[in-house]
Amino acid sequence: MSGYMSGVLAVLLINMVIAYSVFLPAAAGLLNLGAAGFVLIGGYTAGGLTSRAGWPLVPAILVAGLFAGVVAFVLAFPILRTRGVYMVLATFAFAEVVGGIYLNIPSLGGATGLSVSTYAGLPVIIPTTVCVVAFVAWLLSTRLGLAMRAAHDDENVSLLFGVNLRMVQVAAFTAGGALGGIGGALLVHQFNFIDVQTTGVLFSIYVLLYVLIGGTQTAWGPFAGALFFTVVPEILRTMSKLDPSMKFLEAGRFIVFGIAVVLIMVVRPEGLITRTLIEKVQGSLRRLAARETAA
Amino acid sequence: MNGAELSLAGVCKSFGGLTVIDHLGFTVKRGSRTALIGPNGAGKTTVFNLVSGVYPIDDGTISLDGEDISIVSPAGRIGHGISRSFQNIRLMPHLSTIENVMLGEHWRRPAFSLARGRRAVESVKAALADAGLQTYPGQVVANLPYGIQKRIEVVRALLAEPKILMLDEPAAGLNNAESDDLRALLERVSARGITLLVVEHDMHFVRRLCDHVVVLNFGRLIFEGTPEEVHRDPAVLEAYLGTDARAVQSDNTAKAR
Ligand SMILES: Nc1ncnc2c1ncn2[C@@H]1O[C@H](COP(=O)(O)OP(=O)(O)O)[C@@H](O)[C@H]1O
Ligand SMILES: [Mg+2]
Repeated sequence: MSGYMSGVLAVLLINMVIAYSVFLPAAAGLLNLGAAGFVLIGGYTAGGLTSRAGWPLVPAILVAGLFAGVVAFVLAFPILRTRGVYMVLATFAFAEVVGGIYLNIPSLGGATGLSVSTYAGLPVIIPTTVCVVAFVAWLLSTRLGLAMRAAHDDENVSLLFGVNLRMVQVAAFTAGGALGGIGGALLVHQFNFIDVQTTGVLFSIYVLLYVLIGGTQTAWGPFAGALFFTVVPEILRTMSKLDPSMKFLEAGRFIVFGIAVVLIMVVRPEGLITRTLIEKVQGSLRRLAARETAA
Repeated sequence: MNGAELSLAGVCKSFGGLTVIDHLGFTVKRGSRTALIGPNGAGKTTVFNLVSGVYPIDDGTISLDGEDISIVSPAGRIGHGISRSFQNIRLMPHLSTIENVMLGEHWRRPAFSLARGRRAVESVKAALADAGLQTYPGQVVANLPYGIQKRIEVVRALLAEPKILMLDEPAAGLNNAESDDLRALLERVSARGITLLVVEHDMHFVRRLCDHVVVLNFGRLIFEGTPEEVHRDPAVLEAYLGTDARAVQSDNTAKAR
């Protein structure tokens, strides 16, 4: 694999991990615009551990996830008092606060950022991503996961069926925070650097878009969303270089991409991957198989 | 499985200045099949909301087998044996049939057990089959017909293994065959000892299923007795006059179904 390809793949996988960190709360009906906060916490924790304390990479990633999870757990209680757009704003404010804090810790580089020498390549990123996806799939297949998705659809009815709403939502938010921390830990070691600018305002918005564009109904959603957001701009960029007639894409690709995002939101307001879509695909596969055996 | 006795005494509820339930008291006997009827706006659904804990009561007591449940949290009441369906379908639109009904048994399963475990799925499928719904386990409910969704709600409530099952207009919108199937299902449920409390406008359905009728008007009890007596009661006829009087009376003259 070329360096370019493996670089794109690494970024894609890290984006997916971070997308799943926002997906878990979203699957339970909670909008989190604070992905950047957990990514920074994970990035600085893991980066600090490897560069300042000489830890090996894997334990540093795990501790980063754990620490981000603890922060998410503590934060969940005040955040869950808010709803809808106020929750979006509260999580966003949290990310800004986290940025402000790391900007003011000189031992972690402060405004100049934190450089680390340990490198996380695909041999670390691929298995980590697989573990994250497996964890999400497992969580969704438990009663707790079912309760999360029920709470997403109707909180009041879930409550009457004995769902401990508070517990379910805190769990989803905490698990999401931990995954964000793991994503940040991978990020800092992939780029050998992190600073508060790594995750600007746009970062959290993009991650929430991955999840909403991909769809929150199934675990495939963030996969599709991250794929779309990572690969489509790359394809447009490559196209702009391939042929002189495509040169307008060099600057115009952002416009093309933006239009594509809006179109998807209009045509598929519940996201690219929905349960109904999967049902349709399964149905036609079954019909195909039936025709094969009949023939 | 054992049914429970539900008792309301002096229950009051107002919304803003509007008194919706007014010193209401009645008893649903253990193992009975009780109908709760009354004109539109009488407060039937509100009674369900108060018993299941959607709203707290302003005054009075609600007890199940003598235990005051009005102080139990909404999420805790299902564990005391109360489960219900909703007048306007309240299924989880993005979940499949099987996942929706699995929510019914949520309270009696450990959080980290697999929802898709083979034994769990088989018992849920058996419950669906018992209600004639074996065709739809994997489908997202939002895409299913109204009558099917209505019955999925009943199965969801049943999977909670309630002591008292409260159904809010379960036969509304069902055709005759579906309504007969539903009644047969509820008779099987009743045979297991579960107490039934059913809000229903279809008096034909009520007469064939229920052994006791409670009539509300303006949040007050106006009649309690057998399905035969209810048609002869002057207060009941008056309550329905101008609204559903013809429904009650035409039913008296043995409506052909
Ligand atoms: N949450 C609420 N807020 C305000 N008014 C309500 C509420 N719930 C019910 N009501 C009122 O209480 C009355 C009884 O309603 P309901 O119990 O739904 O009647 P029924 O089920 O017998 O048709 C109606 O006048 C209704 O408008
Ligand atoms: Mg009603």
